[in-house]
Amino acid sequence: MNTDWSVIATFMPQLLNGAKMTLFITLVGLSGGMVVGAIAGLMRTYGNWLLNYTAMIYIEVIRGTPIVVQVMFLYFALPVLASIRIDPLTAAMIAIIVNAGAYIAEIVRGSLQSISRGLAEAGLALGLPRWKVLVHIVGPLAFRRLIPPLGNQFIISLKDTSLFIVIGVSELTRTGQEIMAANFRAVEIWSAIAVMYLIMTGSLTLMLRYIERRMKIL
Amino acid sequence: MSIIEFKNVSKHFGALKVLDEVDLNIDQGEVVVLIGPSGSGKSTLLRCINGLEMITGGDLLVDDISVLAGYAKLREIRQEAGMVFQQFNLFPQLTALDNVAFGPKHVRGQSTHEARAQALALLDKVGLKDRADHFPNELSGGQQQRVAIARALAVKPKVMLFDEPTSALDPELKQEVLNVMRNLAEEGMTMVVVTHEMSFAKHVGSRLIFMENGKIAVDGHPHEILAGDSNPRLKDFLRHVH
Repeated sequence: MNTDWSVIATFMPQLLNGAKMTLFITLVGLSGGMVVGAIAGLMRTYGNWLLNYTAMIYIEVIRGTPIVVQVMFLYFALPVLASIRIDPLTAAMIAIIVNAGAYIAEIVRGSLQSISRGLAEAGLALGLPRWKVLVHIVGPLAFRRLIPPLGNQFIISLKDTSLFIVIGVSELTRTGQEIMAANFRAVEIWSAIAVMYLIMTGSLTLMLRYIERRMKIL
Repeated sequence: MSIIEFKNVSKHFGALKVLDEVDLNIDQGEVVVLIGPSGSGKSTLLRCINGLEMITGGDLLVDDISVLAGYAKLREIRQEAGMVFQQFNLFPQLTALDNVAFGPKHVRGQSTHEARAQALALLDKVGLKDRADHFPNELSGGQQQRVAIARALAVKPKVMLFDEPTSALDPELKQEVLNVMRNLAEEGMTMVVVTHEMSFAKHVGSRLIFMENGKIAVDGHPHEILAGDSNPRLKDFLRHVH
């Protein structure tokens, strides 16, 4: 086997640009996904039947379909259906927001429901309105239990961005594919890309572990 | 003057009738002890008073406010009727001091400084001033329950509701909680207590109510009830708790 690891250095600027794009999509996608997930999770936990069912349908549709199909739908089917045309990057970001949002909604619901009912009752019995019980008692306790499963979702969403190769977003995987097509250095390029993903997910893990250590689960 | 009035109150859980047309007046200063077999409705009766369970029939007034008068009024009732739970339910992320200061701060709108000063005085009253900075998981069960009593008192209620306050405690820890409750009764606090502690009923209670199948079966002074043989079911029940 004849390998030439110096090609990694040659193509590093392009690879770094790809990694930047991957991080950008992940960051925007997860920020939006957390907002959507928090809202949908609250709707599932505390909403009346209408809000509850709306959130449930959203969650089931998204969890029940592959993310590749979702982004293909956004990019290719939406223009036909509703004449909404979006560029690949926007489609990618929306796909992560919508997809991560559904999973995060269930994480939020699970965390809220894991807090003992007695604690909420103790707050209500003091005369607190329901929203204050959520903000001051149930919320802070649920937040601590949110972090481990949320970390899981962050890592999954980061890696899911590689699937956007199908609509041609120049993220890390797509960049690697393009370099490879020109020089056929499969071993070197895909090794470099794997390591770069590992560095990104590893940093995420370390960051979450730090937050977790600062917040005891109660 | 009655501070709590049950008027023909019923409570259903689906098809199950837990309270069956209960009439009951509790006056200011009374220490009412509720006893009865499990499932007789005594905890439900207590939880209806502060609206943790909503009544399904009749009306229930606390300090002349109906529990059916809407959510804002219900919150007023809850500020007048403090509750102590079997499982303590202290907020685990807060110190003993902040647990006690929590109500005044978030319900009565006191400043943190004011609320904490008052909380420290209340912790002193239940004998836990030196535990103010401890978190609930660093306290014994008896200590946690005394903090929980202080937390309920902090909102300055007119009535205190106790839902089996010593049932989750080891025998040697029960006494410290019962002592705090006895002091409270001696200060003239109106109290409604669900318990199996018959010596508390006898020595601190001013009124004893025996419940059975969602109804009040016996109601009177503890000494008379415990001495006489008014009700065979009560006698049977007492044989089992002793």
